[in-house]
Amino acid sequence: MRHLFDVGVTVNGTRYERTVEPRLLLSDFLRHDLGLTGTHVGCEHGVCGSCTILFDGQPVRSCLMFAVQANGHEILTVEGLGTPEDLHPLQEAFWEAHSVQCGFCTPGLLMTLVPFLEENPNPNEGEIRAAISGNLCRCTGYQHIVDGVKLAAQKMSA
Amino acid sequence: MKPPPFEYYAPTTVEEALVHLSEHGYDAKALAGGQSLIPTMNFRLAQPSVLVDLNNVSELFYIRPDENGGLRLGAMTRHFQVERSSLVSERTPLIYEAMPKIATTQIRSRGTFGGSIAHADPSAELGAISIALGGRFRLRNQTGERWVPANEFFIGMFTTLLEPDELLVEASFPNMPPRTGWALQEVARRPNDFALVGVAAVVTLDKKNQCQKARIVFLSVGDGPVEAHRAAETLTGQTLTPEIIHAAAETAATADIDPGSDIHASAEYRRRLAGVLTRRALDAAFERAKGSS
Repeated sequence: MRHLFDVGVTVNGTRYERTVEPRLLLSDFLRHDLGLTGTHVGCEHGVCGSCTILFDGQPVRSCLMFAVQANGHEILTVEGLGTPEDLHPLQEAFWEAHSVQCGFCTPGLLMTLVPFLEENPNPNEGEIRAAISGNLCRCTGYQHIVDGVKLAAQKMSA
Repeated sequence: MKPPPFEYYAPTTVEEALVHLSEHGYDAKALAGGQSLIPTMNFRLAQPSVLVDLNNVSELFYIRPDENGGLRLGAMTRHFQVERSSLVSERTPLIYEAMPKIATTQIRSRGTFGGSIAHADPSAELGAISIALGGRFRLRNQTGERWVPANEFFIGMFTTLLEPDELLVEASFPNMPPRTGWALQEVARRPNDFALVGVAAVVTLDKKNQCQKARIVFLSVGDGPVEAHRAAETLTGQTLTPEIIHAAAETAATADIDPGSDIHASAEYRRRLAGVLTRRALDAAFERAKGSS
């Protein structure tokens, strides 16, 4: 007999309650159970960063958590960062600096960079590259991503 | 890339956790940060039929000073908490210095001190550092508890002295004597990758600035942390000139370790790295020791 567990979790300000198997990964819960497909799944072993979300304000790999572990916690995904009509300055900067090609790595990068920029409002290139070292991008070669972060830092301190 | 079904418990106390571990023995795994266990479960390389989730056991999350000037860390203390702790930077600066080198920020949001120690990855910084600092670990089961010095705890590849019914609950570090310096050196392809070779060095000088005691511990050169005893002995009682440090580094690389080759690095490259990194670590530790009294 398989036991199921209740999960009550706040995602992007909205409370959700579901009943799940313990082995359900948080990344799959967000995508399939909640329909929030902005969080991407690339490797399922914690190296690519495309599944990065904010868990109680901390950047976390959602493929390395079980949905049951989110019970009682708060999550922010890319859907909660901004809307097409009201982009987060980081999203605006990514758009203007051409930091996005296929977009697969982008949500994970954004969620990694939001807390980074909060703690480092004026980062240099070395600090930016170190900060994104847990996020793989196959398209851009990272240069425009770095430019996007610098631009975002400017926008956010203005 | 999804784990098979398992029974799941989320205890809120150590007592409760121990009940589950004791009942299920080898069928159960404790889930700490999950940053090593969950990838292995996703790959189905590990298939525990029971998972005991420690993330709600609040009594295991703490960073405390001890009365003797040392430090006590609850096993579930997350790396990001250690990374930001001024107490850690005062009492065990070597641990504080290691934190940014452990994986990435995302991993450090969840990964725990005790989890890293219990998982015993041969490339883990914290195992080698715990030995270099003379740390010890408190293990608990339903009948009692025992303390194990860090240098006895790691017994093989991903293998420690932990019994299936035991939980690692605390890591304790003594105070650093005056005139003690430390350093951690490692080389990895990218800053947050697993180290190809790493070394932690702690050096204590006497009042004449001669070496009273040195500990040199490697990571990524064997099945677990490897202490360079011969190299450390050559330093005891000596004035640490560049020549003596260089010789000790050579001894460490040639006589104290026997690294293997794999797809990441050859044995010869590892030995060369070991020698160079030991020299740099001893230089830095010596400078710090002179500067601190």
